[in-house]
Amino acid sequence: MRAGIVVFPGTNRERDIALALSRAGADVAWLWHRDTDLPIGLDLVVLPGGFSYGDYLRCGAIAARAPIMQAVARHAARGGLVLGVCNGFQILCEAGILPGALVRNATLRFLASDCLLRVERTDTPFTALYRAGQVIRCPMAHGDGNYVADEETLDRLEGEGLVAFRYVTERGEAVAEAARNIAGIFTPNRRVLGLMPHPENAVDPLTGGEDGLALFLSLVQASAVS
Amino acid sequence: MKARVTVMPKSGVLDPQGKAIGRALSSLGFAGVGEVRAGKVIELELAETDPERAKAAAEEMARRLLANPVIESFRVEIAG
Repeated sequence: MRAGIVVFPGTNRERDIALALSRAGADVAWLWHRDTDLPIGLDLVVLPGGFSYGDYLRCGAIAARAPIMQAVARHAARGGLVLGVCNGFQILCEAGILPGALVRNATLRFLASDCLLRVERTDTPFTALYRAGQVIRCPMAHGDGNYVADEETLDRLEGEGLVAFRYVTERGEAVAEAARNIAGIFTPNRRVLGLMPHPENAVDPLTGGEDGLALFLSLVQASAVS
Repeated sequence: MKARVTVMPKSGVLDPQGKAIGRALSSLGFAGVGEVRAGKVIELELAETDPERAKAAAEEMARRLLANPVIESFRVEIAG
């Protein structure tokens, strides 16, 4: 699998994503925000976490309008795989590739801790190697991670099975402040995933577990069969 | 001419900053403060000299970048 990682000014988790992808067996190419085209033969585009453009105006707002995002939108429109993590999720929402928006945490605190996520479905390129309903542990690190959308959009996301991950407690109960406990969502074709927590920072037992690795292994497996 | 774009969280959208400001005001002893909402003001210096066209241009900028219609509403004022 060939994966391209987009770097904007202020992106800071690109190496974490590259490590996770390499560990899963993917080849990684670096993409620059000013590029107007993606390399030919790319299976996956990743928008990593960080603070693109200093979070000015709104998180992800400026990055969503950077030249490369038109190429990313075209890649998504033709069924290419796209993963947006944290700031990358914010960028996908700002670009209109995913619905809704991420707003300031209700506590106004920057949340930096592990969280538990329930895998909502496993028939997707991102989650095939998880078990249905599996609860995984991932770090999260965000100030604006509160997912919001109007009720109609939330109903549609749930009705069409587009919720990828939900925040849960140890006992699997819903916890977070985000609308309907949404931590991540798919596009209708389930080829684009945006999520706030960081699966790329959970790929090594030495640094707090490897529950995130299956996401990257799933992606590599999906592009091998497609 | 100058355009002033006021961007506010839509009603119904949680505004934790507004809430925190409200709590701080009450801890300072200001009584009788109801809901507090915090937005932002963006001032634009425009080359356009026709107020109608300047307003239309600023509104287009607000729609495309300055405000996120999912969570925010905006208002444009033109000042000579």
